[in-house]
Amino acid sequence: MDFDFLTYLFFGGLTRGSIYALIALGYTMVYGIVELINFAHGEIYMIGAFTGLIISSVLTMLGLPILAIVVLSALTAIIYSCAYGYTMEKIAYKPLRDSNAPRLSALISAIGMSLFLQNYVLLAQTSDFLPFPNFIPDFEFWEPYAHILTSPELVILITTVIVMICLTILIKFTKIGKAMRATSQDKVMAVLMGVNINRVISITFIVGSATAAIGGILIACHIGQINFYMGFTAGIKAFVAAVLGGIGSIPGAVLGSFVLGLTESFFAGYFSSDYEDVFAFLFLVLILIFRPSGILGRAETKKV
Amino acid sequence: MTIKNQIKKSFLVSLWFMFLTFPILVIQVNTVENVIKWRWLNMIGVGIGSFFLSILWRYMLEKRPEKGKQTKKYQLFFLNNILHEKKIFFPVIILLSLFVLCFPYIFSMYQTNIMISALIYVMMGLGLNIVIGLAGLLDLGYVAFFAVGAYSYALLNYHYGLIFWIALPLGGILALIFGVILGYPVLRLRGDYLAIVTLGFGEIIRLVLENWNDFSFGPSGISNIPKPCFLGIDLSLQGTTKYLFYIIVGMVALTIFVTNRLQNSRIGRAWIALKDDEIACQAMGINKGKTKLRAFGLGAMWAGMGGVIFAAKTTFINPASFTIWESVIILCTVVLGGMGSITGVVLGALLLILLPEYLRAFSEFRMIIFGAVLVLMMVFRPGGIIKNVRRIYKFDPILEKNSVKNEVNS
Repeated sequence: MDFDFLTYLFFGGLTRGSIYALIALGYTMVYGIVELINFAHGEIYMIGAFTGLIISSVLTMLGLPILAIVVLSALTAIIYSCAYGYTMEKIAYKPLRDSNAPRLSALISAIGMSLFLQNYVLLAQTSDFLPFPNFIPDFEFWEPYAHILTSPELVILITTVIVMICLTILIKFTKIGKAMRATSQDKVMAVLMGVNINRVISITFIVGSATAAIGGILIACHIGQINFYMGFTAGIKAFVAAVLGGIGSIPGAVLGSFVLGLTESFFAGYFSSDYEDVFAFLFLVLILIFRPSGILGRAETKKV
Repeated sequence: MTIKNQIKKSFLVSLWFMFLTFPILVIQVNTVENVIKWRWLNMIGVGIGSFFLSILWRYMLEKRPEKGKQTKKYQLFFLNNILHEKKIFFPVIILLSLFVLCFPYIFSMYQTNIMISALIYVMMGLGLNIVIGLAGLLDLGYVAFFAVGAYSYALLNYHYGLIFWIALPLGGILALIFGVILGYPVLRLRGDYLAIVTLGFGEIIRLVLENWNDFSFGPSGISNIPKPCFLGIDLSLQGTTKYLFYIIVGMVALTIFVTNRLQNSRIGRAWIALKDDEIACQAMGINKGKTKLRAFGLGAMWAGMGGVIFAAKTTFINPASFTIWESVIILCTVVLGGMGSITGVVLGALLLILLPEYLRAFSEFRMIIFGAVLVLMMVFRPGGIIKNVRRIYKFDPILEKNSVKNEVNS
């Protein structure tokens, strides 16, 4: 067990954890507010990556400079993911909320949405893996450290940290953040205080989708290929991370993601990469059995 | 809303959807040859389609019955009325069973084969119906038990040469044991967590089957699984198909019988009560954990037996047949038919499996339609096609008063 291999696994795990964190944020925010596992969240992440790929290819053929391509395609991907998140909420979840349907119905509807979006992309695009251009160049100043942490990984880590900071500011210090916190605590009371709940929920979906899209583009750049199925496993793993940290809690989601990313990376490095996914799912089952409220979550007692 | 407003709103919706589907539906990039295909026709289709669909959507949303104020028309569906009338019920059942018995002689072997797969789904749907429809536990890893059944037949046959008829109950029991082992720790969890854990479990089983080459022969699967033989006689290909058809018909009949009896038994009522209110149930002295575990285990058992029949039918299994989407399809049949309603689930499974078989032209749209069905059913008709009619104790105050009076008078 040499030191280099250890650091390699450590940073690999951190990168992985960052991506999980970007997706897990959407899960945890939506869960915190509407108590719904948004199954189709992974699909939003996939749609973000696909939109980024399509727009960037079109722009490349138009012959734009690389910086313009990166910025424009990333922006479009984020906008489209937000639009999909918003529309999804309006179609699949809002009518159920209006009719006070049981939670089981919302979950089934979410599974349906996930299946729909996956096959929508499959039919409209392709079932093959598509190569994704690497937008992140190798930085020269980073050359001496590149054997531990490659430049794309560095960019992923930094972006994640920036997104986290922005999100914390949004939730802690803005008016809409206050409304979100109020809604998650008590919906009826929030309405009485003049919070437009439907708007808050829409915005939550939009913000969650935006972070997922960022994650989608980053991972696509890093791995170099995408396909219609990428959202499913990533989504489930991000959900594991969100539960691990305590679902509904934003710092929890980030912490849980890093813990999951690191353990997965070490497991794959030292034991077997074949059973990596098995390990993640086993992890989920064990957490839910022994500590369903997660690392940072509070155990709630249900009152009658 | 006036017509003008309606049109305006729908127009905006169609513009929105044209914007939304623009990159994915219209542009197709071929990154190898660097060519872009623009498919503007799709955009026009989306625009027109979403214009009319949004009008329909709003109309349906308005017509949706409000909760609590259930209208009679929605509650009692035509078919349910028929089924509760004994004079119609028995002849229908006799006719139906006659038709089913003659089926392999009337139709070709191809049709019989399709029917066998559809009936396997009916059986699985009915099994899942115990778990979801009666006990209200969302199980997304149902296919794992199906895999347990299929692999137990395949492996037991491969190593020890066990025949179908011994493997059938064994597969069921093995799946039941798996169900209980998994269910015991996770059933304390709340509904949506349970869904995720079962999903995780389903994936674990599939991944293990895919990677553990020494045990399950990995992704290449197991082939040459024998079809069931009749009293030790090997039948011709046509004969086995017919035979298998009768086996699955018998199993479906058994499943219907068992679920029907379960539904009205003490434990069935405990399941239904648990679905509605856990705390009240515990106050009434129902052991929550045990009751849920029974539902979970029984559901798993049907899946296991379904798996054995599936392995015998296809004679080849590999882990690719047991993905999470298979669970979702079974879930879809239950949801479409009506959670908790036996006729509904049978009808739902037959519709969902047979329609795509006969509408081959649309077969690639199968999964996307399943997804849409799940969402639309939940939004507009959460009870399914045939809503489960709950037995209600009807209290008639006038009658009651009269009888009290009579008693006093006498």
